[in-house]
Amino acid sequence: MSSETKQQTRPDMIACENVDKWFGDFQALKGVTATIAEQEVVVVLGPSGSGKSTWIRCINRLEAHQRGTIVVDGVELTNDVRNIEKIRSEVGMVFQQFNLFPHLTVLDNVTLAPKWVRKMPKADAEIKAKELLNMVGIPEQASKLPSQLSGGQQQRVAIARALAMEPKIMLFDEPTSALDPEMIKEVLDVMKDLALGGMTMMVVTHEMGFAREVADRIIFMESGEIVEVGTPEHFFTDPTEDRTKLFLSQIL
Amino acid sequence: MDNNKKKQQQEAPAELTSGLVAGAFVILFASILVSLLFGPVSIRPDRIFLEVLSRFPGISIDSGLSTIQEAIVWDVRLPRIVLGLIVGGLLAVAGASYQGVFRNPLADPYLLGVAAGAGLGATIAIVSGATNGEGIFDALPIAAFLGSAIAVAITLAVGGAVGRSTSTASLLLAGVAVASLFTAIQTYIQQRESATLRQVYSWILGRLSTSGWDEVIMILPYAAISLIVMFSMKGALDVLAVGEEEALSLGIRPRRVRWIVIGAASLAAASAVAVSGLIAFVGIIVPHAVRLVVGASNRLVVPLSFFIGASFLILTDLLARTLQSPAELPIGVVTAFFGAPFFLFVLRRRSDGII
Ligand SMILES: Nc1ncnc2c1ncn2[C@@H]1O[C@H](COP(=O)(O)OP(=O)(O)OP(=O)(O)O)[C@@H](O)[C@H]1O
Ligand SMILES: [Mg+2]
Repeated sequence: MSSETKQQTRPDMIACENVDKWFGDFQALKGVTATIAEQEVVVVLGPSGSGKSTWIRCINRLEAHQRGTIVVDGVELTNDVRNIEKIRSEVGMVFQQFNLFPHLTVLDNVTLAPKWVRKMPKADAEIKAKELLNMVGIPEQASKLPSQLSGGQQQRVAIARALAMEPKIMLFDEPTSALDPEMIKEVLDVMKDLALGGMTMMVVTHEMGFAREVADRIIFMESGEIVEVGTPEHFFTDPTEDRTKLFLSQIL
Repeated sequence: MDNNKKKQQQEAPAELTSGLVAGAFVILFASILVSLLFGPVSIRPDRIFLEVLSRFPGISIDSGLSTIQEAIVWDVRLPRIVLGLIVGGLLAVAGASYQGVFRNPLADPYLLGVAAGAGLGATIAIVSGATNGEGIFDALPIAAFLGSAIAVAITLAVGGAVGRSTSTASLLLAGVAVASLFTAIQTYIQQRESATLRQVYSWILGRLSTSGWDEVIMILPYAAISLIVMFSMKGALDVLAVGEEEALSLGIRPRRVRWIVIGAASLAAASAVAVSGLIAFVGIIVPHAVRLVVGASNRLVVPLSFFIGASFLILTDLLARTLQSPAELPIGVVTAFFGAPFFLFVLRRRSDGII
């Protein structure tokens, strides 16, 4: 299935239109317009400071945009607290710094939010958590503390923790940048499985292999603007914009 | 092999174990017993011990104490011990909670203006002659309580309104400003009425003097409410400890948790101050001592701080009333005497990455 079909045939999961975001006088997002379809995997590329994190953080309202609209799963993000809560419960996020709760076991890390926010009974939450730990490949680490795991394992726990809330969308902001090179693959493999399973994903990463192989589309940003959007094939073999070519020549 | 060793070092208890609870109870019980046995009026400790035993159901022994001596044990020493237990526990738990909320190990229960507000309230009560030192209807604790409640309310209103962001810094700054203002007013009033200086001063240094059970009864409802809330939020504090964004992205609302804990901790501190004056350092050193032993998890630190805080204040009060008897040292002097060096020690350890 090619990405065009996904984008054409499936409803929008995320729709951003003319999104502007300022930090004081500095404009970090300039008229960002893009849609991401259900089950689509979009990789966001761009140089440091181009606004990738800012954009992804606007999508679950860790940052508030000032102009334009962001609609996530049919709900527009406004200052209405109920909307924000609804979105946050549908959007999972994995950060570069996999901040697990250090005093909780791996299992408790994963069950915490379902128990607290979803009021899920403990037994159910634990069954679910064990399935997820199995999925991310570390079922045997359930009773350990985060400090006893490797970085790659911790990041996989963080993914399981986000998945425990049964999100419809997963946002990843450079999930492998803080990892030892040897552990990057195990995390990317988990993300790939997730993509194959039909999760809608928006991924900021510098892992070009992942972008090429897993992404339906790639969005290239620079200075707060979307410069170019296209399939991996288009992007890596035949980019249109000079700025894209320059960026690719620097990183490839 | 290596891995195993690492595992053992890092394995800290994540939940309250029965061993820890039992240990905390033993320490508290021993502190209570020691404080019952000794005091400025010398009564033979072995007799008091028998007297205590005789009060247990099913045991009848004659302790040989006179009626007056019995009254000293049960109506003078015991209420004071119980008050120390409550006040020490409240201050320590409030300190642990503030430290969790602000993610700052040096946060103190008096941080948001509790102390300055209570100081002003108490000073007004003293200089206006409204206080008669008589039990439950005395104006002093009420004025102190109102003073701290007003000061904290102003801090929260100002700091919370400014701090629309997720930062707690504006709250801390507002606390500093409110405290300065209240202290300035308090000093001004006190200077004008210098005849009452001594009384104000002695209140500020803190004391656990009681008139029977009145103070205990007075503080009990506030203590119960604030402790229940703080205990029930201890897990939430662990979540906040990791970071705002992780909590938010999981749908947990850190702000709400913070407001609830700040409210409960301020209530605890204000009610403690109202009956006992400004007892320094308990709220900082006790949670730290607990952390040194059991690690940083608030699910352990918050409840254990209650027991250790209670024991600490019971024992320091014993020192306060016996060291210079028949005179009493202000208990705040004793806690500071032990607290300040410990505090410096903790500060030094901080650079070693302990906290
Ligand atoms: N909280 C903030 N306050 C002020 N400026 C900010 C803030 N967050 C980000 N910025 C600025 O906005 C711009 C975009 O930042 P952003 O973190 O989104 O970039 P990025 O593309 O994720 O970069 P990187 O690849 O380094 O993570 C940068 O110039 C940054 O300095
Ligand atoms: Mg970034």
